[in-house]
Amino acid sequence: MNAKKEGESAPIKNHTTVERRSEREFVVTRTFNAPAGIVFEAWTKPELFKRWWAPKSFGLTIISCEMDVRTGGTYRFVFGHPVSEQPMAFFGRYIEVMPHSRLVWTNDEGGEGGAITTVTFEERGGETLVVMHDLYPSKEALDAAIASGSTCGTGEQFEQLDELLATLGARVRRS
Amino acid sequence: MVQYTTVRLNASFAALSDATRRGVLEQLGRADASITDLADKFNMTLTGMKKHVVVLEQAGLVITEKVGRVRTCKLGLRVLEDEAAWLERYRQLWEARFNELDKVIEELKRKEKVDERKKRR
Repeated sequence: MNAKKEGESAPIKNHTTVERRSEREFVVTRTFNAPAGIVFEAWTKPELFKRWWAPKSFGLTIISCEMDVRTGGTYRFVFGHPVSEQPMAFFGRYIEVMPHSRLVWTNDEGGEGGAITTVTFEERGGETLVVMHDLYPSKEALDAAIASGSTCGTGEQFEQLDELLATLGARVRRS
Repeated sequence: MVQYTTVRLNASFAALSDATRRGVLEQLGRADASITDLADKFNMTLTGMKKHVVVLEQAGLVITEKVGRVRTCKLGLRVLEDEAAWLERYRQLWEARFNELDKVIEELKRKEKVDERKKRR
């Protein structure tokens, strides 16, 4: 056991990076000043998770949070946001749950274009590197997510798409 | 404003929904090309390719420029702007989340220390 005395000062904020790694994947990384067990706990216990997943500074409020964190279990989060009248629902399934090291889930709210999210927790000298990797089914799906300007594909956009395609087609034919 | 943004976003969404148009964007990502070049590459009539280019142009994904008798197509700035803007917004969301997560983690660490002290007694 390390007897080193820890300071009580506020922790230094670590840097968050986001990078598009290929045509259909991107990666978010961040280091936390705690062992992997603690970080993992904060990601997997609903009462802890809901305290940080919908940051108030981003205008988000969490309306409900159901999560059954085990392989094959499902989750469903509902957020409120001042910009949209309708609350936003995010849901999917946990494909893999390895305590203190790895979480994999699906993002099913966007239909078939949803990404698979893999989060790994790597402990290094008392700190934990969290790598969150989003893999989209195709380049088009990731491009569509970017083009729609949102991190959440909604079915509504796909419905509007059909309408707009028809209008655009008509306009092009006329000109 | 919201309306306008939605229309614009839907236009790019619509433009991206067609395989040929995605192919054209990919092609233009490599090099600028004339409509004739693109028509040849995609085995299409000039008129057919023109229609696709118009859709891409309306969505702001492609810009065209007529030099002499040749109309050259290049990637619109929006393709790059959108991606950079989206990634930055996404990064900000995660940063905000992680700053909150830091607080939860600090609390858990403190609790763990207290529990350890209790056990030792």
